Amino acid sequence: MKEEKALEQFAWQIRCGIVEAIAAKGGGHIGGSLDLAELFAVLYGGIMHIRPEEPNWAERDYLVCSKGHAGPCAYAALALCGFFPYERLKTLNSNGTLLPGHCDREKVPGIDATTGSLGQGLSIACGLALGAKLSGTDQRVYCVLGDGELAEGQNWEAAQFASHYKLGNLTAFLDWNKMQIDGRNEDVMSLRNAQEKFVAFGWDTAFVDGRDIHSIISAIRSGESNNEAPVLIVLDTVKGAGVPCIESLSNNHCIGIPQKLAEKAMAELVEQAERLGMEVPKWN
Amino acid sequence: MELRYTGQSPEAEISEQFGNWMEELFDVDEKVVYLDADLMGSLKTQELWKKRPDRVFNCGIQEANMVGVAAGLFLAGYKPFVHSFSPFITRRVYDQVFLSVGYAHKSVHLIGSDAGIMASANGGTHMCFEDVALMRIIPGACIVDVTDSVMFHSLLKETVDWPGVTYFRTPRRGAPDVYKRDTTFNIGQGHILTEGTDATVIASGILVATALEAQKILKAEGISIQVVDPITIKPLDEELVLRCAAETGAVVTAENHNIIGGLGSAVAELLAENHPVPILRVGVCDCFGQTGTVDFLRKEYHLQPEDIAEKVRKVIMLKKER
Repeated sequence: MKEEKALEQFAWQIRCGIVEAIAAKGGGHIGGSLDLAELFAVLYGGIMHIRPEEPNWAERDYLVCSKGHAGPCAYAALALCGFFPYERLKTLNSNGTLLPGHCDREKVPGIDATTGSLGQGLSIACGLALGAKLSGTDQRVYCVLGDGELAEGQNWEAAQFASHYKLGNLTAFLDWNKMQIDGRNEDVMSLRNAQEKFVAFGWDTAFVDGRDIHSIISAIRSGESNNEAPVLIVLDTVKGAGVPCIESLSNNHCIGIPQKLAEKAMAELVEQAERLGMEVPKWN
Repeated sequence: MELRYTGQSPEAEISEQFGNWMEELFDVDEKVVYLDADLMGSLKTQELWKKRPDRVFNCGIQEANMVGVAAGLFLAGYKPFVHSFSPFITRRVYDQVFLSVGYAHKSVHLIGSDAGIMASANGGTHMCFEDVALMRIIPGACIVDVTDSVMFHSLLKETVDWPGVTYFRTPRRGAPDVYKRDTTFNIGQGHILTEGTDATVIASGILVATALEAQKILKAEGISIQVVDPITIKPLDEELVLRCAAETGAVVTAENHNIIGGLGSAVAELLAENHPVPILRVGVCDCFGQTGTVDFLRKEYHLQPEDIAEKVRKVIMLKKER
């Protein structure tokens, strides 16, 4: 496990990768990718047992990014880990790309499940967790859910299933950024208290600041102590977090990133480099 | 080929044997698992559930999740067989099957029981005439319209490692024995059941036995027909269909399914592009299902031996008019 300072640096690098990839394409799902940088830094910075040189290593931990549109965040983390060349990030969503915007297990080394049609990932994660239990391995399964996505009923089928089959090797994260495509959750489809709902389904739960690396690690570790119950960790996040010019937009779900905005975003990331003790990246 | 067909009820119903077949698969391949959505009673797998709780999982009434769980189990190295009634394992979970399984290149076996008129007393809500159409347009899918228990049993084993979506649509009971026990079945390889020269009848599932009855009616009239079972509707045995069409010059298809999108469509598409001959389709003519006995529904949807015989007489006339 990397030290917390190193994980902060990793999260910053992930943000740089997201901005670079989406800016190269001229736009994309930036808001809900940026707000997951700390989570992915923690998961790929030491929590998950993985082998970048052997993406399909049979004993790896699995990650199902059910909110498939956070592909850019997952891809940046995977590239930085060495699953594929970092330069490939700039081919995001280009014609014939190996990096489709939504997570694709066939094309992207390190992506465990193809997602994009919302609401299906938690079920896949349940199947993986059940499979690991049947095989008697200590593999863990992680799943990233969106808050808007929880309007899909299949999630609640899976929530029931995970609890019934005592999938204590499953940890789900809810990216609670309170926003979805058409506006705020509470205007489009109120989610109310997701944590309470999962508790009612028999899950262990925790609520943490989505940018607080220390708290995310503690919640994951403490969730792993119960072999009988699946775990939901609610990440209190802000869409576009970490890049003020994106975060301040009223809608940053899937947007065009004109050159000027891209330059501003990169300048804001550069400003953070010194505090983090990072070298200023060479943008091109 | 030599058949076991007598027109009588089967020696043993599919639902009485299915649990044993799954157990056999478990014994041969430790990665095979079975999932059901609160319909274990219909294919009688409850005993197996008690016996092998490490391989059999009841998912409750949540078909969408069940398909997702199957997709995850595949990723974890397992070979999932998943059952519900045919509309619920195809139409109700189409996006899950299409994306989480098909698009994501996973292998999952779907077993839809009581397809088409076999839903009988469960009525229109449970009567699926569109499942083959839906599954056909999933790239790489394998589709089996089950004719009898010998064929079903054999193809369950044969398809274990088929990459992608495999869909079996099967009656639970009342499918007469057609094939002898030692018959070999292969994916994409049809069987000619009776030789004939005047027309070819390509029938699938429960309509195979109906076609054999039609063959008797026509034989008495001096008309000789070739009855063909495609075994898999997809991949279709194109070479066999084209050869038969060339031999007889007239084709009738017969299926317990909408004539749109199913076996009739598949054969018509193939012949239109490669070897156009007169073709007529027996099947459900673009209507919804309804409640009734199987005999009533056969009459209602024109799926009786005489319906096939009538189309054969017509298609032979069309051939002569050319």
